[in-house]
Amino acid sequence: MRADGTFIAVEVDDQAAADSALAVKLSDACPVDIFAQTESGGVSIVEKNLDECVLCGLCLAAAPEGAVTIIKLYDNDAILAKA
Amino acid sequence: MRFFEFEAREVVKRAGIPVTDYGFTTDPTEARQIAERIGGPTVIKSQVLTGGRMKAGGVKFADTPEQAEEYAREILALEISGHMPRGVLVDPKAEVAQEYYAGVVWDGIRKQPVMIFSPVGGIDIEQVAEEQPDKVGRRHFSNILPLSDFQAKEVIASTGVTGSALNKLVPIVTRLAKLFVDNDMTLAEINPLGQLEDGSFVALDAHMDIENEARGRHKKLLKDLGVGDEETRQAREATPFELAGEEVDATDHRGVAGNVTEFDGNLGLVIGAGGGSLTLFDAVRAHGGKPANYCEIGGNPSVAKACGLAKLVLQKPGVDKIAVMMSIVSNTRVDIVARGVIKACLELNMDPAEKIAIFRIPGAWEEEGFKILEKYGVEYADRSVSLNEAARRAVEKIQGVAA
Amino acid sequence: MSILIDADTTFIVQGITGREAVNLTRECLDYGAGAKVVGGVTPGRLGRDVHGVPVFDTVAQAVAHHGAPIYGSVVTVPPAFTKDAVFEAIENAVKLIVIVTERIPRRDVAQMVELATLRGARIIGPNCLGIIVPDVIKMGGIGGPARNAAQAYTPGPIGVISRSGGMTTEMSSTLSAAGLGQSTAVSIGGDAIIGSSYAELMPLFEADEQTQGIVIYTEPGGRMEAELARWVTENKSRLPIVAFMAGRFMDEMPGMSFGHAGTIVEGKEDTATEKIARLAQAGITVAERIEDIPGLIQSKISERSPA
Repeated sequence: MRADGTFIAVEVDDQAAADSALAVKLSDACPVDIFAQTESGGVSIVEKNLDECVLCGLCLAAAPEGAVTIIKLYDNDAILAKA
Repeated sequence: MRFFEFEAREVVKRAGIPVTDYGFTTDPTEARQIAERIGGPTVIKSQVLTGGRMKAGGVKFADTPEQAEEYAREILALEISGHMPRGVLVDPKAEVAQEYYAGVVWDGIRKQPVMIFSPVGGIDIEQVAEEQPDKVGRRHFSNILPLSDFQAKEVIASTGVTGSALNKLVPIVTRLAKLFVDNDMTLAEINPLGQLEDGSFVALDAHMDIENEARGRHKKLLKDLGVGDEETRQAREATPFELAGEEVDATDHRGVAGNVTEFDGNLGLVIGAGGGSLTLFDAVRAHGGKPANYCEIGGNPSVAKACGLAKLVLQKPGVDKIAVMMSIVSNTRVDIVARGVIKACLELNMDPAEKIAIFRIPGAWEEEGFKILEKYGVEYADRSVSLNEAARRAVEKIQGVAA
Repeated sequence: MSILIDADTTFIVQGITGREAVNLTRECLDYGAGAKVVGGVTPGRLGRDVHGVPVFDTVAQAVAHHGAPIYGSVVTVPPAFTKDAVFEAIENAVKLIVIVTERIPRRDVAQMVELATLRGARIIGPNCLGIIVPDVIKMGGIGGPARNAAQAYTPGPIGVISRSGGMTTEMSSTLSAAGLGQSTAVSIGGDAIIGSSYAELMPLFEADEQTQGIVIYTEPGGRMEAELARWVTENKSRLPIVAFMAGRFMDEMPGMSFGHAGTIVEGKEDTATEKIARLAQAGITVAERIEDIPGLIQSKISERSPA
């Protein structure tokens, strides 16, 4: 699953995407509301908020290693490192 | 925010200061009715927020109610310095023995309000202060100790006024000081304060300004006076472009991207913060540039808000390019503003590299911001390029377009 | 040396749990030697902590916990609550209060300042970013995160006083780039009435041996510059001053307010043109451009103390 913004893309791996507990954690963690919960409980990405990403890394800290990837499209698709 | 005379007079009346039996109206027929009620000669006064209404023909003396109606009709249609009147005041023509002055303003140096009193009224107090300084009394009063009559007594007595006039004036000046404080005014002035043939005093005109920051705690007064929340009463009314700027700023609560003021040039400005905007606006003009607008970014706005502001400016008729410039930022983020302004160009099908004359915002998150600008080919500058030099480059580019 | 604060200054943050206050606390703790932020106050949040700083319901609790008088407070609470917070600090013997909050009505500010004066306390602001002593301490959001502040501010002989928070950093960065560091930089706030004006800070810089020159940022509106000109003349100040005046375009637009609340021009003495004339009369050089400031102040310092 990949949702493209102009500047920022967020990838959530398939296993994590189905995890409803993680969806809650991510939507709590993100200060700009990029993550939400789908009707079936999984992780959904709020497209319109993608570009508001402040690169804080709180989602990376809240998720299991590698489950969430933040990609800087303006920087040769560089991946945001976990703090 | 400035009050119209009819509003200021109402505030004076509510404070227990004697006023004439005037009436306010927007209708000539009603002006006649008010004049009939008054019974006798009247003065018809245009209600505009600008000086020089007497010279412009906005004040006329009517002997009869019919004349009052006729003059009201004329004055209601009379534009004064670009302002149409809100209405007219129909005032009894008082038989005045002497005109006095009473006012209260802030002294920003002493940080206290100051009462100003003069037995020479009816003209500009600054002029009296210059020509007859001994006729102008001033007295500061405490912000935290209770206001007391003796303070007004001292300032009045200092101008040589004594006898029954002094005793009648003390409660008027004290009440004026109290209404100034209670209503968060920045100016409260009764001029002239007329002494009638029988020795009594009456407020004949009043000027008042309430502080914008304090409007929220005077909702009831403003509602009673019929002042709308949207009325800014700046020196000129907000333009549709400026109102659209306010809407952008209200998109969300994060930071500021607004305070837009319209000018008629071709260089759109997306600038900040407070002091930086003033400096940059001067710099653009100093280099012969013609700004299309003034604005301010600050407090770390969202990408959406920066984008909204940039789109507004980009779409303004006559704008060829925009210059995105701020003094070194520490709270607002360079990358967030960069995303916003580039997004604005792209959403309008414009090429950021062509439309953004220069991007000069150094500071917090500049490394990320500069990468974004690099990718879209936008010319950017770091802190080694001064605000002045950035403005110069922007002007040079846009003059290239015009040539 | 420095003015107002030094490495040993203790202070609290009132409104510490707010979004901006949390950042500001982090920045102050990280900068220079690390500020001694001995507590924070947010009513109802007793027992929490912000970056390791204990949070209290009242200033009195913070003082009791600290076990000694607390010198300063950074106040960053909403406008409607600021006056009460400042009164609370003053009545708990806090001596230096930096008010960050914007849009506080003048009457409230004047009341705070008058009480502070009665109690021997000093107010900086409102609508300001605070005070910074380069590489030593910062009190307030001035200069931003420690890393950014370190990039703009360096220690040296220039005292900076500015009505604009952002321009304090812009000017200091320009001075630093030219090899002229700062003794202390003070963002005094952009409102019509503020706790400490240029003239009120001058005696402190005058007494500070490190300071050899002053750079100020000014705007139209108010009489603060005239007051500075008077002070400098009457006190035969040893310190050369260079001023930068922004907002000259406003002279053509009386009655309009741009930038800070204090910029509205209410009389002809408030205009940029009039102020520049007054400053010049007092021997204060008014720079046309920010980049001219380092050279101007440097040569004025050299003139006064020939090698």
